[in-house]
Amino acid sequence: MASNSEARAGIYGDTFLAGLWRENPVLRLLLGMCPTLAVTAAVKPAFTMGCCVIFVLVCSNIIVSLMRNLLKPHLRILMFTLTISTFVTIADLFLKAYVPRMSEMLGPYVPLIIVNCIIICRAEACASKNGLAVSVIDAIGMGVGFTLTLCVLAGVRELLATGAIFEIQILALQKEGGWFVAWAAMGMPVGAFLTLGLMLGLVNIISKGRT
Amino acid sequence: MHTLNILIMGFISIVIVNNLVFTKFLGICPYLGVSGRIDMAFGMGMAVTFVVTLSGTLTWLIDHLILMPYGLEVTRYVCFILVIAGAVQLVEMYIRRFFPSLYDSFGIFLPLITTNCAILGLCLFINLYGIDNLVEAVVLSFGAGIGFTMAICIMAGIRETLDMADVPACLKGAPITLITAGLLALAFMGFAGMIRIG
Repeated sequence: MASNSEARAGIYGDTFLAGLWRENPVLRLLLGMCPTLAVTAAVKPAFTMGCCVIFVLVCSNIIVSLMRNLLKPHLRILMFTLTISTFVTIADLFLKAYVPRMSEMLGPYVPLIIVNCIIICRAEACASKNGLAVSVIDAIGMGVGFTLTLCVLAGVRELLATGAIFEIQILALQKEGGWFVAWAAMGMPVGAFLTLGLMLGLVNIISKGRT
Repeated sequence: MHTLNILIMGFISIVIVNNLVFTKFLGICPYLGVSGRIDMAFGMGMAVTFVVTLSGTLTWLIDHLILMPYGLEVTRYVCFILVIAGAVQLVEMYIRRFFPSLYDSFGIFLPLITTNCAILGLCLFINLYGIDNLVEAVVLSFGAGIGFTMAICIMAGIRETLDMADVPACLKGAPITLITAGLLALAFMGFAGMIRIG
């Protein structure tokens, strides 16, 4: 009995860790690229986006996992999308009510969570085949992995574009008497593509070194 | 004449100046996935153009004729995604019936047009810009599709040549594609400010 519960805890831990690195949605599976590139000009919106995705991912995984035995194969994608869009509507209304400034900044990218491939991929690959507990843990792992990646990417970009992280000035800007010349391109689409491309290259090097 | 002017400006603006792929990061997944060969990229672009024109028009009609008069804006996202899923189903049936070889080479990417952010994104942008004219909505949706086709074809052309290039091992595949896309975005930044909407 004890070994049974231990083995189960092992599975849970493994599922959680898979989302953080081994199957990291952005760096490894290349899923959810659009929000990754679009909201990472600064850390704050990236973090908000990550939280929204975690909420939607967990809720939709719960619902999909509960109704997995009722699903008809040809209607399942439709059911997933409808479930997801319901929770995205909730998240969107919540942001509009409590953090209107952030909601304005993220703009259409909040409703675009509906078509974020991560969520539909987890519903299809995990929640529609596994029980409640595994699905929830998988959702949290994937969501946290996504949020961390977003924050790292946003951190690099914000630092190079404005010399600040989380709106706290770290590097002294040249126009205020310091030495750092703000790199405006990093805050623009170019910076997003370049940084993510180099980051993926770095991840490839690291993971190759391990095996 | 004035209306026509607005329409042409809007079209050029959405195709070049505000290209969905390079300035709004929409539709990146198929952009990275299907841009390996130029004929497939073009087929994908055409499919997306059709779906986006259809769903852009339909969502505008639904939004203005049903949702707004009855105060049902809360269900907007659910309705939009239903329309898009239906349009994609239509295209999928059409391609399977008339272009079976193209259908096979698309594989999973065809149903995935449903989750192509460019399409839902465009429907949301039409709503966000407050376009209150059906013709403008149609032209913008069509232009968005053309812009996507252009972006993905440019990329496919570059990638076909890139196969011969000596790329560092760690950057092969997605990373170099992203970096190339970054340089393309830089080039397209030159158009910024050429036309202003509104």
